[in-house]
Amino acid sequence: MPQLPSPPHAPQPIPHRRLRSDLPFLLSLAVIGGLYVVLILAMLLADVSFTSPHHLLSAFASQEIRYAIKLSLLSCTITTILSLWVAVPLGYLMSRFRVAPPTRGPQKDSVLNARRTLLRIAAGLLDSILDIPIVLPPLVIGLSLLILFQVHINGKSIEKILYDNIHIAGWHMSVTYAIPSVILAQFSVACAFAVRTMRVTFDQISPRSEQVALTLGCTRAQAFWLVVVPEARRGILTAATLSWARALGEFGPILVFSGATRLKTEVLPTTVFLELSVGNIEAAVAVSLLMVAAAVIVLLIVRLFGSEAPLGRGI
Amino acid sequence: MIQLQQLSVRAGPFVLKDINLAIPTGAYGVLMGRTGTGKTTILEAICGLRHTIAGQIILMDCNVTASRVSERGVGYVPQDRALFQTMSVREHLAFALVIRKWRQLEIDQRVLELSDLLGIDHLLNRRPQNLSGGEAQRVALGRALSSRPGILLLDEPLSALDDQTREEMYTLLKSVKERTGVTTLHITHNANEARRLADCVFVMTSEGGCVQPVPLNQLPGEKS
Repeated sequence: MPQLPSPPHAPQPIPHRRLRSDLPFLLSLAVIGGLYVVLILAMLLADVSFTSPHHLLSAFASQEIRYAIKLSLLSCTITTILSLWVAVPLGYLMSRFRVAPPTRGPQKDSVLNARRTLLRIAAGLLDSILDIPIVLPPLVIGLSLLILFQVHINGKSIEKILYDNIHIAGWHMSVTYAIPSVILAQFSVACAFAVRTMRVTFDQISPRSEQVALTLGCTRAQAFWLVVVPEARRGILTAATLSWARALGEFGPILVFSGATRLKTEVLPTTVFLELSVGNIEAAVAVSLLMVAAAVIVLLIVRLFGSEAPLGRGI
Repeated sequence: MIQLQQLSVRAGPFVLKDINLAIPTGAYGVLMGRTGTGKTTILEAICGLRHTIAGQIILMDCNVTASRVSERGVGYVPQDRALFQTMSVREHLAFALVIRKWRQLEIDQRVLELSDLLGIDHLLNRRPQNLSGGEAQRVALGRALSSRPGILLLDEPLSALDDQTREEMYTLLKSVKERTGVTTLHITHNANEARRLADCVFVMTSEGGCVQPVPLNQLPGEKS
């Protein structure tokens, strides 16, 4: 059988080349990254080794620490409810009402494009405003809240206006250096995280199902409650647990806005600070371990039942 | 009937202008066109999901151009089906009826009727995650037909289905048409679907609108 001439660009056999193993590369990545994991675990182990069951029991027997635990649990729960109350509608609006791209080509509409550009700038501004509590130093948030309640309207500070106008059975509403300030300080920061989480959650739910619900006879409210909210339930759980955990760890704004008065505005981070400042390191470590346990439980809830997207996006 | 008169709709950066189309009551209309010509935009405008710039949309002799989506009485099956992830098939079929506050007995009866029509009786307790492509398409169709709408809008309902399922869907769509008498607008880029199902065919000729009625023997891609 005659041999066909080989074409000018016939595929050549792959020359044998000795390739280096991928193992050293992957191993070096694991070692560099692993150092950080080791640091986290070492810190926790150091905490555990520093304390004993006796220290833990005596810390929890203290009236001040028991008060701090109760106030922390109560304020974090209220903060979580308030954060969801704000984050679900805000996240939904920001996710669903996007500015359309500018018109182009022969059908370009300059007036419409100008309006869309303005709306785009406004949306960008709103987005940045919602990032302020995340990027601002915590102490600055506390200071800003403190100053806000001292702003005078018609010669009276906001604090005084609230005190004079909101009172039930002899009790007058007081914010600064009182329990409401603890909740407000926690809310100011935790809510920003809840809004981000809810926005990512709604971004991941296709608006198509909602649109189909409208064609089936729903109002927008019915489509929201019957279709969108059930699909967002994992995201809502994630937002709730993240804002709860964030509120539990809040210290800077509380120190400035609420003070650190025992049996009044003392939450768990305040306890750690106060016990450290008087040299009672055992009690500080015992309370820290309690907060570590709470954080681990929250992370487990998010990993097991919540949506992973917000954690994946660095929130 | 479905009637579009001099309709102009904005579709992203461009505008579809002066679209005219008429499908008689009970007929099966197919709108063909290449990808990106704006077929889905027209369907969304009929549903009320897109703002119209000019012209009129008349459904069953009613001018619905300014009506809200929920008032138009259309059954809509989007290309991705958009099933409700947290609901069972039974809940999908009952959804529009619960919204309309039908009695439970009537709802149960209608669900049985639809599941029989679409051959999904055995799937009633399943969730969308456990349905195949063809099954999901049937459920989306059932959900759209549940409240007995006069108009059915199908966005590429047979794309991404295997040949056997596609054959089954041809038979099913024909039987739905015969048994319900619903006026249908089906959009596709596949001439074979138009040949198998259509009573009347319209073709979107280029970007920017211009919908032309085309005789069934002169479909795009067909050898003359």
